[in-house]
Amino acid sequence: MKSLWAVTLATLVKDIRLEWRSKDALNSMLFFSLLVVVIFMFSFDPLAEESRHIVGGLVWVAFLFAAVVALNQTWARELRNQVLDAYRVSPAPANALFLAKALGNFIFVIVLEALMTPLFVIFYNLHVLGPAWQLIPIGLLGTWALVVNGTFFAAMSLRTRNREIMLPLLLFPISIPAVLGMVAGTTAILTGENSAHFYIVLLLTYDVVFTTACLGLFGTILHAE
Amino acid sequence: MNAIKFLFAAYIATWVIHASYIGTLVLRFRRLRQELQELGKRK
Amino acid sequence: MKRLFPILAVLTAIFLAYALHLALSKATPTDALQGDVYRIIYYHVPSAWSAFLLFLINFVASVVYLIRRSPKADIVAVVSAEVGVVFCTIVLVTGPIWARPVWGIWWAPGDIRLTSTLVLWLIYVSYLVLRRFSSSAQTQMLAAALAVFGALDVPLVYFSIWFFRTQHPQPVIGGGGSMDPPMLHTLLISWLAFLCFAFLICWSRFRLELLKREVEQAHAMESLVGAGESAKASLPLSRSSR
Repeated sequence: MKSLWAVTLATLVKDIRLEWRSKDALNSMLFFSLLVVVIFMFSFDPLAEESRHIVGGLVWVAFLFAAVVALNQTWARELRNQVLDAYRVSPAPANALFLAKALGNFIFVIVLEALMTPLFVIFYNLHVLGPAWQLIPIGLLGTWALVVNGTFFAAMSLRTRNREIMLPLLLFPISIPAVLGMVAGTTAILTGENSAHFYIVLLLTYDVVFTTACLGLFGTILHAE
Repeated sequence: MNAIKFLFAAYIATWVIHASYIGTLVLRFRRLRQELQELGKRK
Repeated sequence: MKRLFPILAVLTAIFLAYALHLALSKATPTDALQGDVYRIIYYHVPSAWSAFLLFLINFVASVVYLIRRSPKADIVAVVSAEVGVVFCTIVLVTGPIWARPVWGIWWAPGDIRLTSTLVLWLIYVSYLVLRRFSSSAQTQMLAAALAVFGALDVPLVYFSIWFFRTQHPQPVIGGGGSMDPPMLHTLLISWLAFLCFAFLICWSRFRLELLKREVEQAHAMESLVGAGESAKASLPLSRSSR
């Protein structure tokens, strides 16, 4: 009986390898992210005085939509090949599957964000007035907040009638404190007007609480039949 | 006074919402009882 | 039991009428700064307290369901969520109606009470949507899990907005923190009246849910019996024991 981390790593590597081979999802996601940034650029004038104040919000809304599209595909492959049923029967811990999925999504969304960020910097002529290094914990913690709950709710939405719309319906309300933290923290750093410390602590707390909740309840969700 | 309009609007809105909800409960009761009767007849 | 309901309904109606009378009469003094408009508070705040209580009941029922899989706990969960959303809607409607004449604006994004109530409303509406669109046998389990997530979220919502608002301009809210004794008295009476009302609605919704499950079972029995009979008919050597 392999340990939790061994199974997680194995599943994660398998997912990445599959994703890399097909590259379908990756390419369409990349193009989608670019489109989102361009649409925002046309909708919210980059040269306006207040643009520095709203870019924090724009960036995270763009990331949020990209993440939802990515998350919706999370379990698609498993469903197609009845992998979930096999997993339920196997002795592997349910948490390993969840962690592998969540980490895979996390890596995927971080890659998307890394590609979208330079575009935002270019289109909005951004330079950071506050401590720029703080954007890293906000980026990592914020993305994990979206991905951990998103992976969990994607699993919950599998058994609902309107699967694709159900995920954002469930995810958005619960994510509001995290989104507030991400946006306000990013804006604070970009404008340099106030400290982002509280928001980083808020995101950290959110991540700890919900990672625990997801790990605690995923087994119940998986086996509830 | 203009502000009193808001006071009455709030009170009326409250009861409209409650009445609507109770209305849906009544409708759902009726529909279910009908269904139960039909099922009983089919047996 | 069935005869008790109309009696309680009449009593509650009288109680609510009394509370309304108190709210509007001269027995409770007019607010010095806001004028008579402040009396919206006697509907707004009791609805809020009732909604919070109902959502708390939903959380407890969901946890009980997760641990014990008791069907009754699940019914209590769905009932309290639905009625809680109704009361929460009233809070969100009367809030802006109250804010407009007093602050001049319908909505202040930094207003922590109304904003966190909005998020609460969104969470429980998504709970009800999940229950409606999840057609499988695990609906109850999934919903219970979501309820736990929602409850965990509530303090985070409150603190995130609390900090956010300290960095943003606030509407000037007139009036001090403590209330006059007669005002407090009217507020509590109003809350008790609405609690009785909420109890009656929950009771009705509970009965509705029981009826709904009865109908579902009847449907299931019908299709089982039908399938059984057609299966028997197709067996070449059927030795029917009927």
